[in-house]
Amino acid sequence: MENNDVRFIQGNEVCAEAALYAGLGLFAGYPITPSTEIAEHLALRLPQEGGKFLQMEDEISSLCAVIGASLTGKKTLTATSGPGFSLMQEALGYAIMAEIPCVIVNVMRGGPSTGLPTHAGQGDVMQARWGTHGDHAMVALTASNHADIFRMTVEAFNIAETYRTPVILLLDEVVGHLREKIRIPEPGEISLVARLRTAVAHGVDYHPYLPREDGRLPMSDFGDVHRYNVTGLYHDMWGFPTEKPEIVYGLIRHLVDKIENYSEKMTRFRKYHTKDAETLFVSYGAAARSALHLVENRRKRGERIGLLELNTLWPFPADIVREAAAKVDFVLVVEMNIGQVMREVKLAVDNPDKVFLANRIDGQLITPTDIRNILRVIHGKGV
Amino acid sequence: MPVNDYIRKRFFPHMWCPGCGHGIVLNALLRAVEALGLDKQDIVMVSGIGCSARISGYVDFHSMHTLHGRALAFATGIKMSKPELNVIVPMGDGDALAIGGNHFIHASRRNIDMTAIVMNNRIYGMTGGQFSPLSGYGTMGTTVPYGNIDQAFNTVDLAVSSGATFVARTTAYHVGELEEFIKQAISHKGFSVLEVLSQCPTHFGRRNKAGDAVEMLEGYKKQTARIGSKKKQDNPELIERGIFVEKEQTEYCTEYESVISRAQGK
Amino acid sequence: MEKCRFLFSGSGGQGVITAAILLAEAAVRFESLNAVQSQSYGAAARGGAARSDVIIWDKPIYFPGVIQPNVLICLTQEAFDKYQSTIRPGGYLVTDSDLVKNPAFVDARRVELAFQKTVMEKIGKPVVLNICLLGAIVELTGLVRLDSVKELIRKRFSPSFHEINLKALDLGAQLLRNHKKL
Repeated sequence: MENNDVRFIQGNEVCAEAALYAGLGLFAGYPITPSTEIAEHLALRLPQEGGKFLQMEDEISSLCAVIGASLTGKKTLTATSGPGFSLMQEALGYAIMAEIPCVIVNVMRGGPSTGLPTHAGQGDVMQARWGTHGDHAMVALTASNHADIFRMTVEAFNIAETYRTPVILLLDEVVGHLREKIRIPEPGEISLVARLRTAVAHGVDYHPYLPREDGRLPMSDFGDVHRYNVTGLYHDMWGFPTEKPEIVYGLIRHLVDKIENYSEKMTRFRKYHTKDAETLFVSYGAAARSALHLVENRRKRGERIGLLELNTLWPFPADIVREAAAKVDFVLVVEMNIGQVMREVKLAVDNPDKVFLANRIDGQLITPTDIRNILRVIHGKGV
Repeated sequence: MPVNDYIRKRFFPHMWCPGCGHGIVLNALLRAVEALGLDKQDIVMVSGIGCSARISGYVDFHSMHTLHGRALAFATGIKMSKPELNVIVPMGDGDALAIGGNHFIHASRRNIDMTAIVMNNRIYGMTGGQFSPLSGYGTMGTTVPYGNIDQAFNTVDLAVSSGATFVARTTAYHVGELEEFIKQAISHKGFSVLEVLSQCPTHFGRRNKAGDAVEMLEGYKKQTARIGSKKKQDNPELIERGIFVEKEQTEYCTEYESVISRAQGK
Repeated sequence: MEKCRFLFSGSGGQGVITAAILLAEAAVRFESLNAVQSQSYGAAARGGAARSDVIIWDKPIYFPGVIQPNVLICLTQEAFDKYQSTIRPGGYLVTDSDLVKNPAFVDARRVELAFQKTVMEKIGKPVVLNICLLGAIVELTGLVRLDSVKELIRKRFSPSFHEINLKALDLGAQLLRNHKKL
């Protein structure tokens, strides 16, 4: 008998379906491996749902179109990989400055430059955080399996709408191309955050950039009754450019604080066997699959290993990491780069000397054996 | 409605130099919008970066002041998402054709219903007088102290060959024609490009001995001629003004509606 | 059940990746099992080496790569030379008897079948080589019922391709049954 509830599709397709579930209205993108299936799937599916699909001339224009469309009141998405993500950095900063909700998926591959287009890497963690110029806060989520890709994609839209900010979803070549079982949630099963629109009446002065008490800023769609200015320059509560130091200071504080002060609400993670762990793995994305594989295998033999899998990378959940690492002897960060998250973990824990890195930077998914070998070295057992 | 009702007084005085041609373009634009009887609510003005780009803040429409060169890309997202909006994109020559050149040709190719107004002053004014892709061979600018060796684009030829379905050129001197062309560009269903030669006495004029604003405006009168006019026949060196292309072709957002119909099996 | 790891290998265009996907998808959609499928590929759309990893199990599967396959499938000599040493002792080595030479030295249960030759003789279209292979794999491993794969083919392929593919599937299964009798 066929189980009609489950599907067997690629992670990229899961991401696209989750975006539709979240209410995606417009996608704009440019083909790039290994993210292309997201665009292909949405080119097929969006018009079926009455949405719009745009293939633009490059990644720069893709994110620009996504930002423009968001101002008309739609939930919008673009998807890319490393080189395209580099091209999007300026527009990403614009979305932060102009406080325009949108979601950017980066299916990471090996870099720098053209790097390894068809192979895996996780080297864009820091670019996600600091890629665009100037001071800013950033939200970046990630996932290691199909259920979580779905959940975190919807979450990305919810956070984007709640905080009027771009949100980055960092997937990788392995999870993007992997096929595994997924049950698409029923409508209503995951709650959705709708665009918060202003209640200010026609003819009454609307302040698009005056935060409410809770930090949220109700929006008004382009085409609606309130006509206002949107700019990437420092601006006042009407969106008019200003260089007044007190307004500049107030805006940059607001842009950072509206994320940093609510970071707990954006923190998503999973813990596996951490309670009595003597060795803690911290991992995310495809690497976390290998870490979990090893944890489950070694637990059967009585080894006290646990895994803290991060679904929120930015704002970095330092408190969660510190707490999980407090009682362990060793922390092993498992990732496919030269230690981008490890640096954050070292900053977070009380004793950075007990933090080690298990990585692979050759385009191949790190294996449980790779991790096991490093663990043996750390435990003083040799390879 | 008086023209004053189309501007945001909070934004004034404007930041343009005395003698700048951009104010003339703004004036003609507002008169065109008024003459067409457009609702302010239905217009979105999207601009990039530069002197020309500031125009979007001065008008009481939905307005977006974006990134250098990217205005057409932002505008494409807006128009595609809400095709009922009237999208007008004022651009500078460097904005439109150097950093934004790729977006310019692709927006033309798609024939998406927007109006691009290229305010061509042949210089990067806001950053202090560097040569632009429309400065032309032999001109002077701060980054060509020994004279410019770069050839210029012909904006009209570029727009035509890229597929824009309305292409026109005029100058800040020919204000009646300017208003008329803006009206036609906005009314045209498809991608419209209007190049407006707009004087920059501060940077281009001063560095190229083109005189003050009045002399530069007189220059536009002398150096240009209507397409097919006797003046042009007598002097082929003159820059042509007029409507070069105006053709009907299915517009992008309309085409996408049929994509939606096909996807939904209608 | 034991975790079953498959490594499908061949050259681009032979359809080994499609065969791998169908096997894994049938396990998930019709047999209530877990499966993961991944593939590695280069920049070329046709030609070059193709590889796909499939793991089928009744428990959650985390690491999706296949390092030591229980079932190694090689449709080219190049693929065989590259992967033959990875097979688990006692595992199955499935090869095309005309495309892969000298698999005798490998410590494995060898299944050498004339997929290509049979497909050309009985169907005449090389394009269904992979489905013929799949029929043999299904029959060999017994993780997925042949009827489940048939149902999946009917759902996934356009109707004009049903008959030829179902025929190839049966052909592969029959090849395996004949092989067992030997």
